[in-house]
Amino acid sequence: MRPVDVIEGKVSVLDRADIDTDQIIPKQFLKRVERTGFGEFLFYDWIRSGEIELEPNPILIAGRNFGCGSSREHAPWALEDFGFQAIIAPSFADIFYSNCTKIGLLPAILDEQHCRAVAEAGEARIDVDDETVTSAAGVFEFAVEPDVKHRLLNGLDDIGITLENAGAIDSFEQSGAAERGPVTTAL
Amino acid sequence: MPQTMFDKLWGAHEVSDGLIYTDLHLVHEVTSPQAFDGLRLAKRGVRRPDKTIATADHNVPTDGTMAARLIADELSRIQVETLERNCEEFGIPIYSLGSERQGIVHVIGPELGVTQPGMTIVCGDSHTSTHGAFGSLAFGIGTSEVEHVLATQCLVQKRPKTMRISYSGELGAGVTPKDLILATIGRLGTGGMVGHAVEYAGPAIEALSMPGRMTICNMTIEGGGRAGMIAPDENTFEWVRGKPAAPQDFDAAVERWRQLPTDEGASFDTEVEIDAASLSPMVTWGTTPGMVIEVTDSVPDPAAMDSPADRESAERALTYMALEPGTPMTEVRPERVFIGSCTNSRIEDLREAAAVVDGRKVAGSVRGMVVPGSQQVKAEAEAEGLHDVFRAAGFEWREAGCSMCLGMNPDILIEGERCASTSNRNFEGRQGKGGRTHLVSPKMAAAAAIEGHFVDIRDWS
Repeated sequence: MRPVDVIEGKVSVLDRADIDTDQIIPKQFLKRVERTGFGEFLFYDWIRSGEIELEPNPILIAGRNFGCGSSREHAPWALEDFGFQAIIAPSFADIFYSNCTKIGLLPAILDEQHCRAVAEAGEARIDVDDETVTSAAGVFEFAVEPDVKHRLLNGLDDIGITLENAGAIDSFEQSGAAERGPVTTAL
Repeated sequence: MPQTMFDKLWGAHEVSDGLIYTDLHLVHEVTSPQAFDGLRLAKRGVRRPDKTIATADHNVPTDGTMAARLIADELSRIQVETLERNCEEFGIPIYSLGSERQGIVHVIGPELGVTQPGMTIVCGDSHTSTHGAFGSLAFGIGTSEVEHVLATQCLVQKRPKTMRISYSGELGAGVTPKDLILATIGRLGTGGMVGHAVEYAGPAIEALSMPGRMTICNMTIEGGGRAGMIAPDENTFEWVRGKPAAPQDFDAAVERWRQLPTDEGASFDTEVEIDAASLSPMVTWGTTPGMVIEVTDSVPDPAAMDSPADRESAERALTYMALEPGTPMTEVRPERVFIGSCTNSRIEDLREAAAVVDGRKVAGSVRGMVVPGSQQVKAEAEAEGLHDVFRAAGFEWREAGCSMCLGMNPDILIEGERCASTSNRNFEGRQGKGGRTHLVSPKMAAAAAIEGHFVDIRDWS
C-alpha cells in the first residue's frame, strides 16, 4: 500500500443514501480472480443506463451509509481503480470502511451539511495527519483511528505489522484455549 | 464486574490490544483468490489450515452440474477451480462441487458442527453473522482481511459497541423469525446497528429453534450490525451434539458454554425493546431491507415522509420497483418465487414452505424455485419426500448453492421480473439486472406462489 497523506483536487458527487456494494460493483464482475481492472465496471448499471455521470476525480462525496451490503472488497478496488483516492460521506457501512483503509482509499466522515458544502465548493484538500477537509466552504474536521492513521500515513502492510507480534500469537495458541475448537482437517 | 456475552468472547480472544484470534475461518471462491495470490507474492503460508474450511457456493450452477470442470460459465469455472487449487496447495479442507458436504458456507458450518458456542468465526462474506446464533462472535471481512487471517489466524479489529435487542412476548401464528428481523430493521433503519455487536435476547428469542435464530443473526448485517449473537442454551447444545465436528468431551464443552451468556446487570451501549407479539408477516416494498411493511399495509407514499433523503430514496425505489403509493401489498403479484439462500434454506424452512404448498398448485403466472442450502439439506428433504411435494405443486427442485440470492450464477431474474424471495437483499439488480425483489419468509413466499399475489399467511388457507 502506498502512503496516503494529502489528497487534493476536484470532487465528484453522488448524492444518494444507502448506496450498496452491489451498485458499486455488480456481482457479474466478482468472478475475476485478479485484484486490478475493476474500475471500468464501477457503478456499471447506473453509468451504462445514463442514470448517473461520474468523473474520475480524486474525491467522491456520497450520501449516508455508503458501502452497505456485501463485504466484497471489489467495491473499494473498483473505486480506487476508477481514480478515487478518498470518499467523503456522512456515514459508512463498517466492513466497507475497514476494507477501504486496508487498501489506502481514505474514507472520511463529515456530517451531511458539511458534505453538501464541500460538494458545492467543487474542490477540496484532505489532510490525513491534520484530519481536516479544506475547501472554499471552510475547514471541516474528521476523525480517523490512530492506528489506521499510522498505517495510512506510512503505507504499512497490516500483515507485516501483525507478524512482528508473532510471539504473542504463539503464546496465545500455547495457552490452550485456541486448541479446544473444532479441527477442520480431522473431518 | 458483570460482562456481556460479547465482552466475554472478545476478552477470551484478544491476543494483544485490538488483535483478535479467530477459531474458524470459512473460505469460498469469490472473496479468496486475491488473498491466496497475496500470500504467494509475499511468500507466506497459511498459519492454521486446521482452523480453515472451504466450499464453493456463490458461483455454482444449481442445475445438477457436479464438478468444477463441468461449469459452463468460463469465469465461474476458473474461480471454483482456482479455489480447489489454492486449498490443495495450502492444505485446506474443501467441500467443492460434487462433495456430499458442499453447500452455502453459512449452512454447512453449523451442519458439520464446526460452528460452536464461544468461538470467533470469520469469512469473506457479510452474512457470517449467521453463526452468532450459537453464541459465537462471527462477522464478515474483506479480502485483505481474509489474507490476514490466512497468514496470521488473527484479525486487527476495532472493538465494536454493544447493543441488546430484547423481544418480549411471543411471535403470533404465521409470524416467523424472518418477519421479526425484517420488522426490526424496518424500525431501526439500515444503518441502525452500525458499529455494534448486537445480542438478540428475550423470551421470543429463547423460544426459537436454531434455524430461526440463524435467520435472525444472518440479517444483522442488513441493519448495519457488525455481528449478531444469541446466548447458547439447551437448543444450541442439542444442535451441536452428534455433529461430525462436535467436541469429543462434550459435557466439558457444555460446561464451558454455560458460562457464555450475558451476566445479570451487564450493561450495553444501546438497549432496544420490541414486543414480539405485536409483529406481523412482513414484505419489503423498496430497494433496501429497511423499506419494509406489514403485509396488510399499502405501499407508502414518499410525499408523506419527513426527511428529504428518505423521500428521494423512496421515490427512486418505487420507480425501480414499478409500484404506486397506496397499492395494498396483497395486490402485488410476483412472477417468480425463490425459496433458498443462507437466510432461509435449511430443512425447517423447506418443511414450512412444503406444508403451505402441499396438495396445491403454483399459480400459472408464477415460476417457483426451491434451492436447498446444502447437499445434506437436499438429501434430508428428499428422504422426507419434500421434493415430491414441491415438484407436484409445480416448483423446480434444484441443487445446493447461493442461487438466485445474488445472481452470480445462472439463476437470475430477467429485467422487470418481480420476485418473492426468502433471501436477504432487495438491492437494485441484486437478483439480476432490473429484477424486483420482495423479501419475505418461506411461508409467505410459498403462499404467494400458490395465489400469484402476496397474502396474509395468518388468514390464508
